[in-house]
Amino acid sequence: MKIAIASGKGGTGKTTVAVNLAAIAQLNGKRSVYVDCDVEEPNGHIFLKPEIDSQQTVTNPVPVIDDEKCDSCGECGKICHFNAIAVILDSVLVFPELCHGCGGCFHACPKGAITESPREVGKIEAGRSYQVEASGKEGIGFIHGILNLNEAMAVPVIRAVRKMIPESEWVVIDAPPGTSCSMVATVRDADYVLLVTEPTPFGLHDLELAYRTVRDLDITAGVVVNRAGTGDSGVGEFCAREGIEILAEIPESREIAEIYSRGSVIINEDEGFASIMAELMKKVEKRIMAEQR
Amino acid sequence: MKIAITAVGPSEEDEMDQRFGRTKYFMIYDTEAGEYQSLSNSSAAAESQGAGIRTGELLSNNGVGALITGHVGPKAFSTLIAAKIKVFSGGKGKVSEIVSRYLAGELKETKGPDVNSHWT
Amino acid sequence: MKELVIISGKGGTGKTSIAASFAHLAGNLVTADCDVDAANLHLVMSPVVRRATGFSGGKTAVLDQGMCSGCGKCLELCRYDAVSEEDGIYKIDKTACEGCGVCAYFCPVKAIDMVDDENGEWYVSDTAYGPMVHARLNAGGENSGKLVTLVRGQARRIAKDGDFKVILVDGSPGIGCPVIASITGADAILAVTEPSMSGLHDLKRVVGLAGHFGIRVLVAVNKFDINPDMTDKVLEFVKNEQLEMAGRVHYDIDVTLAQVEGKSVVEFSDGRAASDIRELWRNTAESLELEV
Ligand code: SF4
Ligand code: SF4
Repeated sequence: MKIAIASGKGGTGKTTVAVNLAAIAQLNGKRSVYVDCDVEEPNGHIFLKPEIDSQQTVTNPVPVIDDEKCDSCGECGKICHFNAIAVILDSVLVFPELCHGCGGCFHACPKGAITESPREVGKIEAGRSYQVEASGKEGIGFIHGILNLNEAMAVPVIRAVRKMIPESEWVVIDAPPGTSCSMVATVRDADYVLLVTEPTPFGLHDLELAYRTVRDLDITAGVVVNRAGTGDSGVGEFCAREGIEILAEIPESREIAEIYSRGSVIINEDEGFASIMAELMKKVEKRIMAEQR
Repeated sequence: MKIAITAVGPSEEDEMDQRFGRTKYFMIYDTEAGEYQSLSNSSAAAESQGAGIRTGELLSNNGVGALITGHVGPKAFSTLIAAKIKVFSGGKGKVSEIVSRYLAGELKETKGPDVNSHWT
Repeated sequence: MKELVIISGKGGTGKTSIAASFAHLAGNLVTADCDVDAANLHLVMSPVVRRATGFSGGKTAVLDQGMCSGCGKCLELCRYDAVSEEDGIYKIDKTACEGCGVCAYFCPVKAIDMVDDENGEWYVSDTAYGPMVHARLNAGGENSGKLVTLVRGQARRIAKDGDFKVILVDGSPGIGCPVIASITGADAILAVTEPSMSGLHDLKRVVGLAGHFGIRVLVAVNKFDINPDMTDKVLEFVKNEQLEMAGRVHYDIDVTLAQVEGKSVVEFSDGRAASDIRELWRNTAESLELEV
């Protein structure tokens, strides 16, 4: 089962829910995997403190021109939709940072003058986390992608992370905030999406956008309201109107905020929170099984 | 030789545009004929990325030998070097005034990019 | 004219509440909401839209089933898994399409067209504190970097034409394309962070990015009283990196209540957070020599 945790914006508690949902499943005897696709700001590792046992780089194939073969026909410049390659007078200029690695120029060159060479844009680390006491198990599986600083394109890193996700009975994917291409690339093949929000006008506004995105992808979504009891009733009314289920409400709590800010897994230290997560896990499981039937 | 000046409008009485890749117009001054012509850059300026590269290409295709503008980013600069177009920093003012200053030899040639990429 | 961008590694650090309060305190300036993915500033600035313009971030491939001969070339060439085939019928998934146009270029019967992807709108509005430029990106819309560039460019033009001295930008979160587009060429950024492990981690990434572009960085810690130890760590980082500390803001329920009222914090309340933000603004304006 793949559950993606998303939110219209960051800071709503998305990572908190993702980390603890992965942790509670492990505690309940599942083989749980936590996957961080928020590659611009991956934070899950702060809480899960994984022991990393494998690392790989993510690369993008960019064109390299063989000057001997090139006759400056200009075809490569014409096919590139990203202005990453331009033919000026008799030279071909390549701008690797702009290249999306589509292979268009490589296929289009009539002289076979283009080869592709990998360029690093980020990396993936995988390992296991032993933050949760669960005897006889080998720890929570952990994978995260990291976009290199000063790289603009997150999607190739996300795609590479997704390819590494193992088949497991419980996979929690921490999605990037927002509703843009990165978020879509992350949640598109999830079995279920949990949208984490706050009961405030900002939270509602961003929830509406995120919900529409997920609905357009034809994935079932439920809502988790974080810091319940602080703002107004807008989120509740919206969910009722749209027929979206609110699967959990996490009360505003100074204790939770403190455990979070220390960088610890919250279910280990707060029983009330742990039971909310356990309940949430059961509900999500049921919804996915109902879907699949 | 043809000289291109980034311009906020299609006339030599318009101000020079400080931007290169995102300029809407160029005024092209032909030193032999002593005449101006306007050239639209709207399609390159609308590119999501690499506007400066496309703009450099446009100037190259129009046989321009020198460019006067405000700021040029690194990618655009490489394109201009490949196109053998010299770059001059124009300061501020109307296109016609800046061209007079250029003809009087008062403008300085720019030898490298002077802003980061993505300068809007 | 000076341009200040308020950013945070992640959203939800109070960045927008601080931006709205700054606008109120400055009184007369141009504001730009560049957090186009989760634009919230309009919820507390009551803008009156003067002009709305459609935005297209890129192209998307559209396949004409009637013309398709079923050769499968597009499926073979697409590197984004956007093309699928079932019973000889080929389909392009718009949400996976990168807009590279390779399929259209190589389709032997020209059954694929690259069309503009309408994926948002941007607005020029009036507020009580001067003009505001903001945008709305459609669900799953691509290329918010371009939209950010557009919004900022427009704000600059308005500032120049109207002789405004300050542009205040509510920046995008993260470190990717939209945030790069939000900060390049700005005079300074105010990085708003929270006292937590992840807040500090994100702050480091953002500061690294700003350093790369040579932009001056001011730091503010929001809800600093939630975890004094972590606040100390943030302060230590600020000191070691020789960044400027601009202020700290107490945790205060009024920040949420102001939001519910659709107002900025300083307009709504005289509480602790409001007075902290006032001081934060004084420090920022003084340090950047903003003429307001
Ligand atoms: S398509 Fe090939 S031969 Fe033509 S300019 Fe490009 S690299 Fe050179
Ligand atoms: S691989 Fe695609 S994006 Fe990269 S230069 Fe070639 S055509 Fe352009």
